[in-house]
Amino acid sequence: MTARLFDRAWLLSDSPQSRTQAAWGRRYRLWRDFRANRPALIGFVTVMALLLCAIFAPLLATHDPVAQNLGQRLQPPSAAHWLGTDELGRDVYSRLLYGARITLGMVLAVVALVAPVGLAIGCIAGYYRGIADVVLMRVTDVFLAFPRLILALAFVAAIKPGMTSAVIAIALTTWPPYARLARAETLTIRDADYIAAVRMAGASPGRIILRHIMPLCLGSLIVRVTLDMSSIIIFAASLGFLGMGAQAPSPEWGTMIATARRFLLDQWWVPLIPGIAILVASLAFNMMGDGLRDALDPKQG
Amino acid sequence: MSTPANSMIVVDDLRVRFADFDAVRGVSFRVPAGGSFGIVGESGSGKSTVMRALAGLNTVWDGYLEVAGRPLGRGPSPDLFRLVQMVFQDPYGSLHPRQTVDRALSEPLLIQGLGDIDRRIRRILDDVALPATARYRYPHQLSGGQRQRVAIARALISEPSVLLLDEPTSALDVSVQAEILNLLADLREEHGLTYLMVSHNLAVVAHLCPTVGVMSNGEMVEILSAEDLRAGRTQSPQTTRLRALSTELG
Amino acid sequence: MLVEISGLTVSFPARQGRHVAVRDVSMTLGTEKLGIVGESGSGKSLTARALLRLLPPAAEATAKALRFDGIDVLAASEKQMGQIRGRRAGLILQDPKFSLNPIMTAGDQIAEAWRNRRKGSRREAREAAIDLLAQVQIRDPRRVADAYPHELSGGMGQRVMIAMMLAPDPELLIADEPTSALDASVQAEILKLMEDLVSRRNMGLMLISHDLPLVGHFCDRVAVMYAGRVVEELAASELAKAQHPYTRALLDCMPSLTHPRPRLPVMVRDPAWLA
Repeated sequence: MTARLFDRAWLLSDSPQSRTQAAWGRRYRLWRDFRANRPALIGFVTVMALLLCAIFAPLLATHDPVAQNLGQRLQPPSAAHWLGTDELGRDVYSRLLYGARITLGMVLAVVALVAPVGLAIGCIAGYYRGIADVVLMRVTDVFLAFPRLILALAFVAAIKPGMTSAVIAIALTTWPPYARLARAETLTIRDADYIAAVRMAGASPGRIILRHIMPLCLGSLIVRVTLDMSSIIIFAASLGFLGMGAQAPSPEWGTMIATARRFLLDQWWVPLIPGIAILVASLAFNMMGDGLRDALDPKQG
Repeated sequence: MSTPANSMIVVDDLRVRFADFDAVRGVSFRVPAGGSFGIVGESGSGKSTVMRALAGLNTVWDGYLEVAGRPLGRGPSPDLFRLVQMVFQDPYGSLHPRQTVDRALSEPLLIQGLGDIDRRIRRILDDVALPATARYRYPHQLSGGQRQRVAIARALISEPSVLLLDEPTSALDVSVQAEILNLLADLREEHGLTYLMVSHNLAVVAHLCPTVGVMSNGEMVEILSAEDLRAGRTQSPQTTRLRALSTELG
Repeated sequence: MLVEISGLTVSFPARQGRHVAVRDVSMTLGTEKLGIVGESGSGKSLTARALLRLLPPAAEATAKALRFDGIDVLAASEKQMGQIRGRRAGLILQDPKFSLNPIMTAGDQIAEAWRNRRKGSRREAREAAIDLLAQVQIRDPRRVADAYPHELSGGMGQRVMIAMMLAPDPELLIADEPTSALDASVQAEILKLMEDLVSRRNMGLMLISHDLPLVGHFCDRVAVMYAGRVVEELAASELAKAQHPYTRALLDCMPSLTHPRPRLPVMVRDPAWLA
């Protein structure tokens, strides 16, 4: 079967012979639409490259990211230190690679927490309506009413600054829009005739939500998540910058900018380089999200 | 209450009230086993509301409903599945856009824990004259007529006694409509089905149903035979008006 | 001739080559009611849209002649087309919900359409709008003039749409399935209304529909389209005696209230129809 995945005629067949072929055919068409969109492809490739950098950081790094060398402080980029050194003489290139692990790891952790919770709450509220809807949506509104950064700061300050609390804090302030989105989608789907048909087949509400409604909400949710990734990255960096996220000496990108901000005028590359990393990562996720939105357009079926 | 044993569907004094108006005001009729009953009326006359109450999709009603000798409760009941199934008007909205034909047909069987899924699907596709190649297609790869065949197959795969037909051909081209109407007539005979059909098209209803009920403003103003309807032997002014409006080439 | 279409072809880019949706269609229209009937995908709507140059961006139209009142539509400037659309030719679509502006009252929309062609004060435009609403048989035109589209029923919305299209006093009305979403009684009223207006104002009407009996009753002439071609054109009164096998099959496969048949004939599509 692996060989067939490279067989375009098999993938594009108008009358697939099996469940697997139909599913892979659909995926291939999606990928083809996505691939035709150049910015989206650039975003996708960049994201993949960032992920590879994070995974293979120990192989790609030229130095130990936390090894200090006070004799080599604030060096400009050179052959020995490709992106220069910071105020403690640590290699910025190596710190950036390890930082990708922390930043992307935090983003993925937030998404893994937020997407299922938002999806579940939104779908349940939208499907049951009535009391469940009122209660769940008022709770959502309460979370939406707080300014995000303030809520996160208060939460982290109350627990203890660190990566785990930062992830939970970001998750806490990020899920409400997902719940709202999933609820809105569910409201348009719940009265569709195909849902009435599975209800008549005797399906339980749980089964209808899980197997029939959620898969349809997933598309717009994935798009929303990829578009949100950039703001989560910036949010994580902001918390790091304010000293409420990852703690020194760990090379989180926002923390790197925070500690290097004193040198902005004289050794500008030290804070600028992690800034560029943040910019590139957020832009890449945004471009990928735009492409996904076009490819997953419901009109395409 | 007691009903003659041969009535497959009994609707007695059905009333449905939505937030601020009475959608159905005391409708009663019976359909014998193996018979077909058509309901005609304009939009808002309550004809679809009657059907949705029988389908178990509308739980807010008063009166008495019975299918195959079993009174229907207001909540969704598991045994309704083997008794009543429904074919919807819009073949574009009645199939899940992300599910293949195979998935749409196997879902009811999985829910009910029925075995032999592969054989049942192959047989039902054959029954509705869909090629086996259509089995793993998504709805967007099918024509309107093929989609409606899938919807009919999905309704029949649980082997119900009653099929509710909600304007099953009004979204289709007339040439496709003819094929679907023929198919419905064949299936009724092969499977011994009882039909309840709702439509605004008198000719379509009279073609498939020997008895026709006319609804207006939530009431059933007249029940007459298709022959009487064809011949213009109508009692109520609403029926006469509906009949006059159905344009045909002389 | 108000409308002259000769050798019109509309095609779309497809994965391989081009998909031809309208192929070598020719027809003319004077001050009369022409019906275009066909099943979905027959190209009937595209033909009418090509005349107003309202085709989807990907479509490509070519023709030996495509003229509205002598103006070459394919060569006309965008400004000239603006003069035609909404002023000299009106388009009525199936669902008024999508054609009316949801945040403007019915009266304001009609008044705006009226001022498109005539000079006049706001008050004059409003009076004209109310007068037009009365002309489309709305009983309480002043109330309806102040209503927003969502407050109107389907039949009422379609009347407002017609009033809006009539406001600039057009010479041609194109109605694309104008009554398919409406009940039979409302459908009859709307058609009657269009018939009156068209004959009173001496306009041309192009009625696009899938409903053969309806077009047969309502129009003077009927063009039957199949797979992008006009397969037969005949007087509406002759429809029952149509010659082309496709038209015959189309008439034949409809269930009839007065002539019941136990089984409906199924249309067998002859490749020769595509010749």
